[in-house]
Amino acid sequence: MAPHTEQLTRPAVQLRGLTRSFEGRTVLDGIDLDLPAGQFTALLGHSGSGKSTLLRAIAGLDHGVTGSGRLTAPQRVSVVFQDSRLLPWRRVLDNVLLGTEGEEKGRAALAEVGLKGRERAWPNELSGGEAQRAALARSLVREPELLLADEPFGALDALTRIKMHALLRELWKAHQPSVLLVTHDVDEAIVLADRVLVLDQGRIGLDLTIDRPHPRSYRDPLLGEYRERLLTALGVTEDHA
Amino acid sequence: MTTTTTAAPMAVEKDSPRVRRRRRGLSPGRRLPATRLIGPALFVALWAIASAAGQLDPGAIPAPWTVLRTAGHLWTAGTLPTDILTSLERASYGFAIGLVAGVLLALAAGLSRVGEALIDGTVQLNRAIPTLGLIPLFILWLGIGEAFKVAIIAIVVYIPIYLNTHAALSGIDSRFVELAEVQGLSKFQFIRQIVIPGALPGFFVGLRLGVTGSWLGLVVLEQINATSGLGYMMFQAQNYGQSDVILVGLLVYGVFGLISDSAVRLIERRVLSWRRTLSS
Repeated sequence: MAPHTEQLTRPAVQLRGLTRSFEGRTVLDGIDLDLPAGQFTALLGHSGSGKSTLLRAIAGLDHGVTGSGRLTAPQRVSVVFQDSRLLPWRRVLDNVLLGTEGEEKGRAALAEVGLKGRERAWPNELSGGEAQRAALARSLVREPELLLADEPFGALDALTRIKMHALLRELWKAHQPSVLLVTHDVDEAIVLADRVLVLDQGRIGLDLTIDRPHPRSYRDPLLGEYRERLLTALGVTEDHA
Repeated sequence: MTTTTTAAPMAVEKDSPRVRRRRRGLSPGRRLPATRLIGPALFVALWAIASAAGQLDPGAIPAPWTVLRTAGHLWTAGTLPTDILTSLERASYGFAIGLVAGVLLALAAGLSRVGEALIDGTVQLNRAIPTLGLIPLFILWLGIGEAFKVAIIAIVVYIPIYLNTHAALSGIDSRFVELAEVQGLSKFQFIRQIVIPGALPGFFVGLRLGVTGSWLGLVVLEQINATSGLGYMMFQAQNYGQSDVILVGLLVYGVFGLISDSAVRLIERRVLSWRRTLSS
Protein backbone atom coordinates (compact mmCIF):
# COMPACT_ATOMS: atom_id res chain seq x y z
CA MET A 1 0.00 0.00 0.00
CA ALA A 2 2.67 2.49 1.03
CA PRO A 3 4.41 3.90 -2.04
CA HIS A 4 7.94 3.86 -0.62
CA THR A 5 8.35 0.20 0.12
CA GLU A 6 12.09 0.48 0.63
CA GLN A 7 11.51 2.93 3.47
CA LEU A 8 9.37 0.46 5.34
CA THR A 9 12.45 -1.43 6.43
CA ARG A 10 13.49 1.52 8.58
CA PRO A 11 10.95 2.27 11.31
CA ALA A 12 10.26 5.95 11.92
CA VAL A 13 9.22 5.33 15.49
CA GLN A 14 10.42 2.51 17.67
CA LEU A 15 9.16 1.87 21.18
CA ARG A 16 10.59 -0.81 23.43
CA GLY A 17 9.07 -1.49 26.82
CA LEU A 18 7.66 2.03 27.09
CA THR A 19 6.13 2.61 30.51
CA ARG A 20 4.51 5.75 31.84
CA SER A 21 2.67 6.28 35.08
CA PHE A 22 0.89 9.11 36.83
CA GLU A 23 0.78 9.15 40.61
CA GLY A 24 1.33 5.44 40.89
CA ARG A 25 -1.25 4.55 38.23
CA THR A 26 0.32 2.79 35.25
CA VAL A 27 -0.98 4.36 32.05
CA LEU A 28 1.38 2.76 29.54
CA ASP A 29 2.49 -0.73 30.48
CA GLY A 30 5.57 -1.76 28.53
CA ILE A 31 4.61 -0.93 24.96
CA ASP A 32 6.62 -2.39 22.06
CA LEU A 33 5.76 -0.76 18.77
CA ASP A 34 7.31 -0.02 15.38
CA LEU A 35 5.81 2.59 13.10
CA PRO A 36 7.33 2.18 9.61
CA ALA A 37 8.30 5.37 7.79
CA GLY A 38 5.49 6.72 5.65
CA GLN A 39 2.75 4.63 7.24
CA PHE A 40 -0.64 6.06 8.16
CA THR A 41 -1.55 4.60 11.55
CA ALA A 42 -4.53 5.30 13.75
CA LEU A 43 -4.55 4.74 17.49
CA LEU A 44 -7.91 3.93 19.06
CA GLY A 45 -8.85 3.64 22.68
CA HIS A 46 -11.34 4.65 25.32
CA SER A 47 -10.85 7.98 26.98
CA GLY A 48 -8.30 7.41 29.69
CA SER A 49 -6.77 4.45 27.88
CA GLY A 50 -3.47 6.33 27.56
CA LYS A 51 -3.57 7.19 23.87
CA SER A 52 -2.80 10.83 24.47
CA THR A 53 -0.06 9.84 26.91
CA LEU A 54 1.50 7.67 24.20
CA LEU A 55 1.31 10.49 21.66
CA ARG A 56 2.79 12.98 24.08
CA ALA A 57 5.60 10.58 24.93
CA ILE A 58 6.49 10.24 21.24
CA ALA A 59 6.24 14.02 20.80
CA GLY A 60 8.59 14.50 23.76
CA LEU A 61 6.00 16.56 25.63
CA ASP A 62 5.83 14.46 28.80
CA HIS A 63 8.18 16.32 31.11
CA GLY A 64 7.88 15.30 34.69
CA VAL A 65 6.09 12.04 33.92
CA THR A 66 7.70 8.99 35.45
CA GLY A 67 8.45 6.18 33.07
CA SER A 68 10.99 3.92 31.46
CA GLY A 69 11.67 2.23 28.16
CA ARG A 70 13.39 3.12 24.93
CA LEU A 71 11.93 5.46 22.36
CA THR A 72 13.34 6.53 19.01
CA ALA A 73 11.55 9.13 16.92
CA PRO A 74 12.55 11.21 13.89
CA GLN A 75 14.13 14.65 14.06
CA ARG A 76 11.29 16.55 12.46
CA VAL A 77 8.03 15.87 14.31
CA SER A 78 4.89 17.97 13.96
CA VAL A 79 1.87 17.82 16.24
CA VAL A 80 -1.71 18.78 15.45
CA PHE A 81 -3.87 19.21 18.54
CA GLN A 82 -7.60 18.93 19.02
CA ASP A 83 -7.83 22.70 19.23
CA SER A 84 -6.15 24.60 16.41
CA ARG A 85 -3.96 26.38 18.95
CA LEU A 86 -3.40 29.39 16.73
CA LEU A 87 -1.92 32.38 18.52
CA PRO A 88 -4.68 35.02 18.47
CA TRP A 89 -2.18 37.88 18.15
CA ARG A 90 -0.54 36.58 14.97
CA ARG A 91 -2.07 36.63 11.54
CA VAL A 92 -2.70 33.27 9.91
CA LEU A 93 0.48 33.30 7.82
CA ASP A 94 2.60 34.24 10.83
CA ASN A 95 0.98 31.44 12.80
CA VAL A 96 1.88 28.96 10.08
CA LEU A 97 5.48 30.20 10.14
CA LEU A 98 5.78 29.98 13.95
CA GLY A 99 9.26 28.73 14.74
CA THR A 100 10.36 28.58 11.12
CA GLU A 101 11.05 30.93 8.23
CA GLY A 102 10.21 31.29 4.56
CA GLU A 103 7.14 33.26 3.64
CA GLU A 104 6.77 31.47 0.31
CA LYS A 105 6.69 28.07 1.99
CA GLY A 106 4.02 29.34 4.33
CA ARG A 107 1.88 30.68 1.50
CA ALA A 108 2.25 27.41 -0.38
CA ALA A 109 1.19 25.41 2.68
CA LEU A 110 -1.86 27.63 3.16
CA ALA A 111 -2.80 27.23 -0.49
CA GLU A 112 -2.44 23.47 -0.10
CA VAL A 113 -4.97 23.35 2.74
CA GLY A 114 -7.35 25.62 0.82
CA LEU A 115 -6.72 28.84 2.73
CA LYS A 116 -5.23 30.87 -0.11
CA GLY A 117 -6.16 34.51 0.37
CA ARG A 118 -6.61 34.20 4.16
CA GLU A 119 -2.93 34.83 4.94
CA ARG A 120 -3.62 38.21 6.54
CA ALA A 121 -6.71 37.10 8.52
CA TRP A 122 -6.67 37.00 12.32
CA PRO A 123 -7.33 33.57 13.85
CA ASN A 124 -10.56 34.72 15.50
CA GLU A 125 -11.93 35.50 12.05
CA LEU A 126 -11.64 31.85 10.98
CA SER A 127 -14.28 29.15 11.35
CA GLY A 128 -13.42 26.03 13.31
CA GLY A 129 -12.64 24.09 10.15
CA GLU A 130 -10.51 26.87 8.70
CA ALA A 131 -8.57 27.20 11.94
CA GLN A 132 -7.84 23.47 11.89
CA ARG A 133 -6.73 23.76 8.25
CA ALA A 134 -4.33 26.51 9.30
CA ALA A 135 -3.04 24.23 12.06
CA LEU A 136 -2.43 21.51 9.45
CA ALA A 137 -0.55 24.03 7.29
CA ARG A 138 1.56 24.96 10.31
CA SER A 139 2.47 21.33 10.86
CA LEU A 140 3.23 20.73 7.17
CA VAL A 141 5.44 23.72 6.56
CA ARG A 142 8.13 22.06 8.67
CA GLU A 143 8.16 19.03 6.34
CA PRO A 144 7.74 16.56 9.18
CA GLU A 145 8.95 12.98 9.00
CA LEU A 146 6.33 12.16 11.62
CA LEU A 147 2.96 13.82 12.01
CA LEU A 148 1.25 13.26 15.34
CA ALA A 149 -2.42 14.21 15.46
CA ASP A 150 -4.30 14.18 18.76
CA GLU A 151 -8.01 13.93 17.89
CA PRO A 152 -7.55 16.74 15.36
CA PHE A 153 -11.14 16.63 14.14
CA GLY A 154 -12.81 16.01 17.49
CA ALA A 155 -14.14 19.56 17.79
CA LEU A 156 -15.42 19.86 14.21
CA ASP A 157 -18.93 19.30 12.92
CA ALA A 158 -19.66 16.13 10.95
CA LEU A 159 -19.66 17.75 7.50
CA THR A 160 -16.42 19.63 8.07
CA ARG A 161 -14.90 16.46 9.47
CA ILE A 162 -15.56 14.54 6.23
CA LYS A 163 -13.82 17.26 4.21
CA MET A 164 -10.91 17.31 6.62
CA HIS A 165 -10.53 13.52 6.35
CA ALA A 166 -10.07 13.84 2.60
CA LEU A 167 -7.65 16.73 3.07
CA LEU A 168 -5.51 14.89 5.60
CA ARG A 169 -5.29 11.85 3.35
CA GLU A 170 -4.31 14.05 0.38
CA LEU A 171 -1.64 15.82 2.37
CA TRP A 172 -0.28 12.51 3.57
CA LYS A 173 -0.09 11.26 -0.02
CA ALA A 174 1.71 14.41 -1.18
CA HIS A 175 4.24 14.59 1.67
CA GLN A 176 4.58 10.99 2.86
CA PRO A 177 5.17 11.57 6.57
CA SER A 178 4.51 8.77 9.00
CA VAL A 179 1.19 9.60 10.61
CA LEU A 180 -0.05 8.61 14.03
CA LEU A 181 -3.65 9.71 14.37
CA VAL A 182 -5.11 9.42 17.85
CA THR A 183 -8.88 9.19 17.78
CA HIS A 184 -11.82 7.69 19.61
CA ASP A 185 -13.84 7.49 16.41
CA VAL A 186 -13.70 3.96 14.98
CA ASP A 187 -15.09 5.05 11.60
CA GLU A 188 -12.54 7.81 11.28
CA ALA A 189 -9.75 5.32 11.96
CA ILE A 190 -11.07 2.81 9.41
CA VAL A 191 -11.62 5.34 6.65
CA LEU A 192 -8.26 7.04 7.03
CA ALA A 193 -5.62 4.64 8.29
CA ASP A 194 -3.81 1.67 6.79
CA ARG A 195 -3.16 0.28 10.23
CA VAL A 196 -5.24 0.62 13.35
CA LEU A 197 -3.98 0.02 16.86
CA VAL A 198 -6.25 -0.40 19.84
CA LEU A 199 -4.81 0.67 23.16
CA ASP A 200 -6.29 -1.23 26.06
CA GLN A 201 -5.16 -0.92 29.67
CA GLY A 202 -1.79 0.47 28.71
CA ARG A 203 -1.00 -2.18 26.09
CA ILE A 204 -1.60 -2.60 22.38
CA GLY A 205 -4.68 -4.81 22.45
CA LEU A 206 -5.13 -5.14 18.70
CA ASP A 207 -2.93 -4.37 15.72
CA LEU A 208 -5.00 -4.43 12.56
CA THR A 209 -3.86 -3.78 8.99
CA ILE A 210 -6.64 -2.40 6.84
CA ASP A 211 -5.93 -3.46 3.30
CA ARG A 212 -8.60 -1.59 1.37
CA PRO A 213 -8.11 0.93 -1.46
CA HIS A 214 -8.57 4.67 -0.94
CA PRO A 215 -10.72 6.73 -0.98
CA ARG A 216 -12.82 4.57 1.27
CA SER A 217 -16.51 4.84 1.86
CA TYR A 218 -18.33 4.33 5.11
CA ARG A 219 -20.70 2.08 3.15
CA ASP A 220 -18.00 -0.39 2.10
CA PRO A 221 -19.28 -3.69 3.57
CA LEU A 222 -15.78 -5.07 3.99
CA LEU A 223 -14.92 -2.18 6.26
CA GLY A 224 -17.85 -3.31 8.37
CA GLU A 225 -15.92 -6.41 9.32
CA TYR A 226 -12.93 -4.36 10.45
CA ARG A 227 -15.37 -2.22 12.36
CA GLU A 228 -16.78 -5.25 14.20
CA ARG A 229 -13.33 -6.44 15.19
CA LEU A 230 -12.26 -3.02 16.43
CA LEU A 231 -15.45 -2.53 18.42
CA THR A 232 -15.02 -5.96 19.97
CA ALA A 233 -11.46 -5.09 20.92
CA LEU A 234 -12.78 -1.90 22.48
CA GLY A 235 -15.34 -3.94 24.40
CA VAL A 236 -18.31 -2.33 22.69
CA THR A 237 -21.22 -4.27 21.21
CA GLU A 238 -23.51 -2.63 18.72
CA ASP A 239 -26.51 -4.48 20.05
CA HIS A 240 -28.80 -1.71 21.14
CA ALA A 241 -31.50 -4.06 22.35
CA MET B 1 -56.78 43.33 30.92
CA THR B 2 -58.40 39.97 30.35
CA THR B 3 -59.37 40.80 26.79
CA THR B 4 -55.82 41.65 25.81
CA THR B 5 -54.34 38.47 27.29
CA THR B 6 -56.79 36.26 25.45
CA ALA B 7 -56.43 38.22 22.24
CA ALA B 8 -52.67 37.82 22.02
CA PRO B 9 -52.45 34.04 21.33
CA MET B 10 -55.32 34.35 18.86
CA ALA B 11 -53.37 36.86 16.82
CA VAL B 12 -50.36 34.55 16.76
CA GLU B 13 -52.44 31.70 15.45
CA LYS B 14 -54.10 33.83 12.79
CA ASP B 15 -51.07 35.17 11.00
CA SER B 16 -48.62 32.37 11.67
CA PRO B 17 -45.93 31.78 10.61
CA ARG B 18 -45.25 34.89 12.57
CA VAL B 19 -42.30 37.03 11.61
CA ARG B 20 -39.87 36.58 14.41
CA ARG B 21 -38.64 39.77 15.93
CA ARG B 22 -34.90 40.15 16.12
CA ARG B 23 -33.50 39.48 19.55
CA ARG B 24 -32.43 42.41 21.61
CA GLY B 25 -28.64 42.73 21.30
CA LEU B 26 -26.57 42.58 24.46
CA SER B 27 -23.59 44.46 23.10
CA PRO B 28 -23.73 48.17 23.99
CA GLY B 29 -24.12 49.05 20.33
CA ARG B 30 -22.23 51.22 17.93
CA ARG B 31 -19.93 53.82 19.43
CA LEU B 32 -21.04 57.43 19.18
CA PRO B 33 -18.42 59.97 18.06
CA ALA B 34 -16.61 61.91 20.83
CA THR B 35 -18.84 60.33 23.50
CA ARG B 36 -16.21 60.72 26.15
CA LEU B 37 -16.53 64.52 25.95
CA ILE B 38 -20.31 64.70 26.42
CA GLY B 39 -20.25 64.25 30.21
CA PRO B 40 -17.55 66.86 30.92
CA ALA B 41 -19.15 69.33 28.45
CA LEU B 42 -22.49 69.00 30.22
CA PHE B 43 -20.81 69.57 33.56
CA VAL B 44 -19.08 72.76 32.34
CA ALA B 45 -22.36 73.98 30.83
CA LEU B 46 -24.18 73.54 34.17
CA TRP B 47 -21.35 75.31 35.95
CA ALA B 48 -21.52 78.26 33.52
CA ILE B 49 -25.31 78.53 33.80
CA ALA B 50 -25.20 78.45 37.60
CA SER B 51 -22.46 81.13 37.66
CA ALA B 52 -24.30 83.36 35.18
CA ALA B 53 -27.47 83.03 37.24
CA GLY B 54 -25.52 84.10 40.33
CA GLN B 55 -26.24 80.85 42.17
CA LEU B 56 -22.55 80.23 43.01
CA ASP B 57 -20.40 82.21 45.45
CA PRO B 58 -17.63 83.61 43.17
CA GLY B 59 -15.21 83.49 46.12
CA ALA B 60 -15.65 79.74 46.51
CA ILE B 61 -16.43 78.67 42.94
CA PRO B 62 -15.49 81.30 40.38
CA ALA B 63 -17.18 81.27 36.97
CA PRO B 64 -15.57 79.26 34.16
CA TRP B 65 -14.62 82.43 32.28
CA THR B 66 -12.90 83.82 35.39
CA VAL B 67 -10.84 80.63 35.59
CA LEU B 68 -9.92 80.92 31.91
CA ARG B 69 -9.00 84.60 32.30
CA THR B 70 -6.78 83.77 35.28
CA ALA B 71 -5.18 80.98 33.27
CA GLY B 72 -4.46 83.49 30.49
CA HIS B 73 -2.89 85.95 32.96
CA LEU B 74 -0.75 83.26 34.57
CA TRP B 75 0.32 82.02 31.14
CA THR B 76 1.38 85.43 29.84
CA ALA B 77 3.12 86.20 33.13
CA GLY B 78 5.24 83.09 32.48
CA THR B 79 4.61 81.39 35.84
CA LEU B 80 2.09 78.85 34.54
CA PRO B 81 4.33 77.47 31.71
CA THR B 82 7.21 77.10 34.16
CA ASP B 83 5.02 75.33 36.72
CA ILE B 84 3.56 73.02 34.06
CA LEU B 85 7.00 72.14 32.72
CA THR B 86 8.32 71.38 36.20
CA SER B 87 5.34 69.14 36.95
CA LEU B 88 5.53 67.41 33.57
CA GLU B 89 9.21 66.74 34.05
CA ARG B 90 8.65 65.14 37.46
CA ALA B 91 5.75 63.08 36.22
CA SER B 92 7.62 61.85 33.12
CA TYR B 93 10.82 60.93 34.96
CA GLY B 94 8.92 59.10 37.66
CA PHE B 95 6.67 57.44 35.12
CA ALA B 96 9.57 56.34 32.90
CA ILE B 97 11.48 54.83 35.81
CA GLY B 98 8.34 53.15 37.18
CA LEU B 99 7.45 51.76 33.76
CA VAL B 100 10.86 50.22 33.15
CA ALA B 101 11.09 48.86 36.70
CA GLY B 102 7.57 47.41 36.59
CA VAL B 103 8.10 45.65 33.27
CA LEU B 104 11.56 44.31 34.12
CA LEU B 105 10.48 43.02 37.53
CA ALA B 106 7.34 41.44 36.05
CA LEU B 107 9.40 39.69 33.37
CA ALA B 108 11.96 38.47 35.91
CA ALA B 109 9.25 37.22 38.27
CA GLY B 110 7.08 35.76 35.51
CA LEU B 111 9.79 33.90 33.62
CA SER B 112 11.84 32.28 36.37
CA ARG B 113 10.94 30.56 39.61
CA VAL B 114 13.95 32.14 41.35
CA GLY B 115 12.82 35.57 40.18
CA GLU B 116 9.31 34.89 41.41
CA ALA B 117 10.57 33.79 44.81
CA LEU B 118 12.73 36.89 45.18
CA ILE B 119 10.51 39.53 43.63
CA ASP B 120 6.84 38.72 43.94
CA GLY B 121 6.59 38.63 47.72
CA THR B 122 8.69 41.77 48.03
CA VAL B 123 6.47 43.71 45.65
CA GLN B 124 3.33 42.49 47.41
CA LEU B 125 4.83 43.75 50.67
CA ASN B 126 5.65 47.08 49.04
CA ARG B 127 2.10 47.27 47.78
CA ALA B 128 0.74 46.81 51.29
CA ILE B 129 2.59 49.93 52.49
CA PRO B 130 0.81 53.12 51.38
CA THR B 131 3.38 54.70 49.09
CA LEU B 132 2.61 58.22 50.26
CA GLY B 133 3.49 57.05 53.76
CA LEU B 134 7.06 56.64 52.52
CA ILE B 135 7.41 60.37 51.88
CA PRO B 136 9.00 61.30 55.25
CA LEU B 137 11.52 58.49 54.95
CA PHE B 138 12.39 59.37 51.37
CA ILE B 139 12.90 63.03 52.31
CA LEU B 140 15.36 61.91 54.97
CA TRP B 141 17.18 59.70 52.50
CA LEU B 142 17.10 61.76 49.34
CA GLY B 143 16.64 65.32 50.61
CA ILE B 144 13.75 67.58 49.80
CA GLY B 145 14.80 68.14 46.17
CA GLU B 146 13.60 66.45 42.98
CA ALA B 147 14.96 62.97 43.66
CA PHE B 148 12.47 61.95 46.34
CA LYS B 149 9.50 63.18 44.28
CA VAL B 150 10.60 61.22 41.25
CA ALA B 151 11.23 58.18 43.45
CA ILE B 152 7.75 58.30 45.01
CA ILE B 153 6.08 58.69 41.60
CA ALA B 154 8.14 55.80 40.26
CA ILE B 155 6.89 53.59 43.11
CA VAL B 156 3.28 54.65 42.56
CA VAL B 157 3.66 53.77 38.86
CA TYR B 158 5.61 50.53 39.02
CA ILE B 159 3.22 48.69 41.33
CA PRO B 160 0.13 48.52 39.08
CA ILE B 161 2.32 47.88 36.02
CA TYR B 162 4.12 45.06 37.80
CA LEU B 163 0.95 43.50 39.22
CA ASN B 164 -1.00 43.46 35.97
CA THR B 165 1.90 42.45 33.75
CA HIS B 166 2.92 39.68 36.14
CA ALA B 167 -0.65 38.39 36.37
CA ALA B 168 -0.88 38.36 32.57
CA LEU B 169 2.47 36.58 32.26
CA SER B 170 1.55 33.84 34.71
CA GLY B 171 -1.86 33.54 33.05
CA ILE B 172 -0.46 32.58 29.65
CA ASP B 173 -2.22 29.47 28.42
CA SER B 174 -0.14 26.36 29.07
CA ARG B 175 -1.35 25.04 25.72
CA PHE B 176 0.67 27.79 24.06
CA VAL B 177 3.73 26.74 26.02
CA GLU B 178 3.25 23.22 24.70
CA LEU B 179 2.85 24.60 21.18
CA ALA B 180 6.11 26.51 21.51
CA GLU B 181 7.87 23.28 22.52
CA VAL B 182 6.40 21.39 19.57
CA GLN B 183 7.37 24.15 17.12
CA GLY B 184 10.91 24.06 18.51
CA LEU B 185 11.01 27.67 19.66
CA SER B 186 14.08 28.82 21.54
CA LYS B 187 13.63 30.44 24.96
CA PHE B 188 14.19 33.85 23.38
CA GLN B 189 11.71 33.23 20.55
CA PHE B 190 9.21 31.90 23.07
CA ILE B 191 9.43 35.08 25.13
CA ARG B 192 9.29 37.39 22.13
CA GLN B 193 6.58 35.64 20.13
CA ILE B 194 4.33 34.16 22.80
CA VAL B 195 4.99 35.52 26.29
CA ILE B 196 5.20 39.22 25.49
CA PRO B 197 2.29 39.47 23.04
CA GLY B 198 0.22 37.31 25.39
CA ALA B 199 0.96 39.57 28.35
CA LEU B 200 0.33 42.84 26.49
CA PRO B 201 -3.38 43.16 27.37
CA GLY B 202 -2.53 42.94 31.08
CA PHE B 203 0.38 45.30 30.64
CA PHE B 204 -1.90 47.95 29.15
CA VAL B 205 -4.28 47.72 32.09
CA GLY B 206 -1.31 48.35 34.35
CA LEU B 207 -0.06 51.14 32.13
CA ARG B 208 -3.32 53.04 32.34
CA LEU B 209 -3.43 52.69 36.11
CA GLY B 210 0.21 53.78 36.23
CA VAL B 211 -0.39 56.90 34.15
CA THR B 212 -3.25 57.97 36.40
CA GLY B 213 -1.14 57.09 39.43
CA SER B 214 1.73 59.30 38.32
CA TRP B 215 -0.57 62.35 38.25
CA LEU B 216 -2.14 61.43 41.57
CA GLY B 217 1.26 61.11 43.22
CA LEU B 218 2.30 64.41 41.72
CA VAL B 219 -0.65 66.32 43.17
CA VAL B 220 0.07 65.08 46.66
CA LEU B 221 3.84 65.58 46.47
CA GLU B 222 3.61 69.09 45.11
CA GLN B 223 1.12 70.13 47.73
CA ILE B 224 3.13 68.83 50.66
CA ASN B 225 6.76 69.45 49.93
CA ALA B 226 7.36 71.60 46.88
CA THR B 227 8.85 74.91 45.96
CA SER B 228 7.66 74.83 42.35
CA GLY B 229 5.16 73.11 40.10
CA LEU B 230 1.41 73.08 39.71
CA GLY B 231 0.73 71.76 43.20
CA TYR B 232 2.94 74.47 44.68
CA MET B 233 1.01 77.07 42.69
CA MET B 234 -2.26 75.75 44.09
CA PHE B 235 -0.89 75.59 47.61
CA GLN B 236 0.16 79.22 47.45
CA ALA B 237 -3.23 80.18 46.03
CA GLN B 238 -4.89 78.52 48.99
CA ASN B 239 -2.88 80.78 51.33
CA TYR B 240 -4.08 83.86 49.47
CA GLY B 241 -7.65 82.66 48.96
CA GLN B 242 -7.36 82.59 45.15
CA SER B 243 -9.88 79.87 44.32
CA ASP B 244 -9.61 80.69 40.60
CA VAL B 245 -5.89 79.80 40.60
CA ILE B 246 -6.66 76.53 42.38
CA LEU B 247 -9.18 75.72 39.69
CA VAL B 248 -6.63 76.53 36.99
CA GLY B 249 -4.30 73.99 38.59
CA LEU B 250 -7.02 71.36 38.76
CA LEU B 251 -7.96 72.08 35.15
CA VAL B 252 -4.37 71.54 33.98
CA TYR B 253 -4.08 68.30 35.98
CA GLY B 254 -7.37 67.13 34.51
CA VAL B 255 -6.39 67.97 30.94
CA PHE B 256 -3.04 66.20 31.27
CA GLY B 257 -4.66 63.20 32.90
CA LEU B 258 -7.20 62.96 30.09
CA ILE B 259 -4.59 63.40 27.35
CA SER B 260 -2.21 60.80 28.77
CA ASP B 261 -5.01 58.29 29.31
CA SER B 262 -6.30 58.81 25.77
CA ALA B 263 -2.78 58.40 24.41
CA VAL B 264 -2.42 55.06 26.18
CA ARG B 265 -5.84 53.95 24.93
CA LEU B 266 -4.90 54.88 21.39
CA ILE B 267 -1.65 52.91 21.53
CA GLU B 268 -3.49 50.01 23.15
CA ARG B 269 -6.07 49.90 20.38
CA ARG B 270 -3.35 49.91 17.73
CA VAL B 271 -1.18 47.29 19.37
CA LEU B 272 -4.04 44.98 20.35
CA SER B 273 -5.93 45.29 17.08
CA TRP B 274 -6.32 41.48 17.02
CA ARG B 275 -8.75 41.68 19.90
CA ARG B 276 -12.38 42.09 19.18
CA THR B 277 -14.12 43.09 22.37
CA LEU B 278 -17.11 45.12 23.44
CA SER B 279 -15.16 48.35 23.23
CA SER B 280 -14.18 48.01 19.57
